[in-house]
Amino acid sequence: MNSPALDEQEPAPAVLKSRPPEKMAVNKIQCDACPVLCQISEGRLGACDRWGNVGGQLRRMDPVVLMKRPDVEVVPADPGKWDGRWLREDSPVFVSGVASGTTYPDYKPAPFIVASRHEGVDMVTVVTEGIFSYCSFKVKIDTDRYLGPEQATVRYKDEAVGHVTTIEYGSQFLSLGGVHHLTGGSKREGRMACELMERLGNQEAVDLRIEGGAALTVQADRPPIVNGVEEQRMRVGCGSATIGIFARQWCGHVDEVVVVDDHITGVLTEHQAGRCLDMPPSGIRLRGRKSTPGRYFQVANPGTGWGGTDITDPLSIIEGWDPAVARPGQSLLMVSTTGEHAQWFELDQDLMPRPAAMPAVVQKVVDRIGENCEPALATVLFLGGAGGSLRAGVTENPILLTRSIKHLLTRVTCGGAPVYVWPGGGITVMADVARMPKGSFGSVPTPAIVAPIEFTMRLDDYQALGGHMDRVRRIEAVWATGEHRLIDWIGDNPWPLGTPG
Amino acid sequence: MNGWVATRRQLDPGRWHFAQGPIDLVIGAEGEAGPCALAFEAAWARFGPVLQRLVQELPTLRAPSPASRPPAGPVAARMHEASSRLARATGVFITPMAAVAGSVADHLIDCFARPGVRRAYVNNGGDIALHLEADAHYRVGLVADLGAPAIDAEFDVLGSERVRGVASSGWRGRSLSMGIADTVTVIGADAASADAAATLIANAVDVDDPAIERAPASTVRDDSDLGERLVTLAVGALSVEQVDAALDAGERFALQLAGHGLIERAALVLSGRWRLIDRSGRRSLKVEHAR
Repeated sequence: MNSPALDEQEPAPAVLKSRPPEKMAVNKIQCDACPVLCQISEGRLGACDRWGNVGGQLRRMDPVVLMKRPDVEVVPADPGKWDGRWLREDSPVFVSGVASGTTYPDYKPAPFIVASRHEGVDMVTVVTEGIFSYCSFKVKIDTDRYLGPEQATVRYKDEAVGHVTTIEYGSQFLSLGGVHHLTGGSKREGRMACELMERLGNQEAVDLRIEGGAALTVQADRPPIVNGVEEQRMRVGCGSATIGIFARQWCGHVDEVVVVDDHITGVLTEHQAGRCLDMPPSGIRLRGRKSTPGRYFQVANPGTGWGGTDITDPLSIIEGWDPAVARPGQSLLMVSTTGEHAQWFELDQDLMPRPAAMPAVVQKVVDRIGENCEPALATVLFLGGAGGSLRAGVTENPILLTRSIKHLLTRVTCGGAPVYVWPGGGITVMADVARMPKGSFGSVPTPAIVAPIEFTMRLDDYQALGGHMDRVRRIEAVWATGEHRLIDWIGDNPWPLGTPG
Repeated sequence: MNGWVATRRQLDPGRWHFAQGPIDLVIGAEGEAGPCALAFEAAWARFGPVLQRLVQELPTLRAPSPASRPPAGPVAARMHEASSRLARATGVFITPMAAVAGSVADHLIDCFARPGVRRAYVNNGGDIALHLEADAHYRVGLVADLGAPAIDAEFDVLGSERVRGVASSGWRGRSLSMGIADTVTVIGADAASADAAATLIANAVDVDDPAIERAPASTVRDDSDLGERLVTLAVGALSVEQVDAALDAGERFALQLAGHGLIERAALVLSGRWRLIDRSGRRSLKVEHAR
């Protein structure tokens, strides 16, 4: 392959060591990064705010984060002693955008344009921290509990920071942050929106309040907490779907099943599934608005009781029984869509349902509903547009970068995490923050969010799209400076070096 | 990059970034190309030894003013002079460190005072020294709240005036403050005196209130020149009356400094409320978005 030549790098700067003064307190270390020679206590920063004492070690507080390929051993950095080995092998590390810095507002070449080698092919990764005013977080909350009306304002520390958006099957969605809250409202609103976004992106727990709805605690990849109660599991399906899944297992063991659900409450004998099994009608009359047979909307108000409704007594949704059809001794199972709530009833002489012990065979099916529910999680996606001036840090002709991404010649990652590139114009990317390194997100007081972003492509493709070739550094030279923090590759994220796709 | 080495980076043709250790300077100049380039080179040469020289006299510079023996270094001497003047006039606690940023800026701005340089600035993290030809001026934007920056006010510094320094202080900034001002901006004869005065006025904007969180400086930052004195960590919601009381205290102090000729103009901001002080009596500071 015909690779463009790379300029040789300047040697790494020598690290000077000075002798610490003799009467220094034991919990302090002396920073030798500049002539001020600050003595820094544990957990503090020096006068520059750049170097600090972390657990007794002098650390650059914002060193760029290198990520180690999962299947290789990496020897800790020993500045100046690197032997050039990587030039002949695949690079064992990936330079992430985390703490790489940015050149804003002077959009000159990105802070790190790094050449490495993968399977014999020279690759280049352009690494930067984007400053995003136009960005938001989409939060998926696996719960059927009532969080609040669609379009309701979501508040963080009393400030409006987002809204409830369209519900999806089994989960409710919040849209948080965005330019309107960051810069369109009061200063405090912008500051709080920025703080919330940074914390959410960094996988911290945040407390939210929905107007006319619930109080929430949300953390990426953790169960959501709704009104102080930690959510355990997602519903197996809506009430109607639950009837459909388990009808055959109930048939012959129970005369009627009502699956209570805020969305669609199912009634077994009226439902198509019960009819196909030739189950006789039970004569039950349910509150709510009938949809198709055996499916009822709005049997109660939304809430945090049975099946995402506000009821605590399941019988309250039963209007009565048709005396011409129902008979004493008839059995009734009422159950929620997660199996968390379940009660067995038998009709007495007056056709009043009386609680009774649930037969083991039915309990087994109720348990199976629970087993089929996945753990409820809150998941957080970062959504940001990198289509603006940030591209100038990559190439002098930004449209070529956009096209290169669309043509799958360039792979985009956020802190090494894979992204979904939204179709259409621009470079609008979406990434799961749980697959990004902790602490990936920062902010600037504009206010705006700072997020890592990397563009990886073949070196010859980089040249072809008008890249800043004179600024390409070898990965070994970045390594040799020793000013980095090495972390493990995260989970099963695909290794970004290699053929994009 | 190694912090021992002073670094410089050209941001655009008329603008440079100089850095070493805790010092970050953004320097801009306009005028004829030749003289401007010479001035930048002279400033770079002057910048090299600045930090090393300051460090040699750090114990003296962290001691309360006025010191019995003035320091020897050129920047240290400026710091000493600015803080001693304020200490003598007010009797308030101050160390030369209150003027360090402005003094570095003043030290370098001298390099731009040459024919052909129409105007120039040395901005040391908000403490700014200016060079202006007689008919030149700078329009300076003021950010009232570092927590939510926006240009909240603008003012002109004219070449015909005798002011060449602009400085800001407040508890949200990088330095510790004993007061609660969001910002105090001072315009004075030079950056060193504006820097020291802004620090003292920001300290004076204060009131007793349980919503204000304070701690001894020594527990917040190592080697602070403020020792065991209480510094502000956080300011919660204050009543309008308390805000006004704090601003009144700051304003009284600022007027005292103006009476001694130690400042020309000042803007005090707390919770969106403003006080403007002008020694000449003109209302030369235009508040754009004050609420």
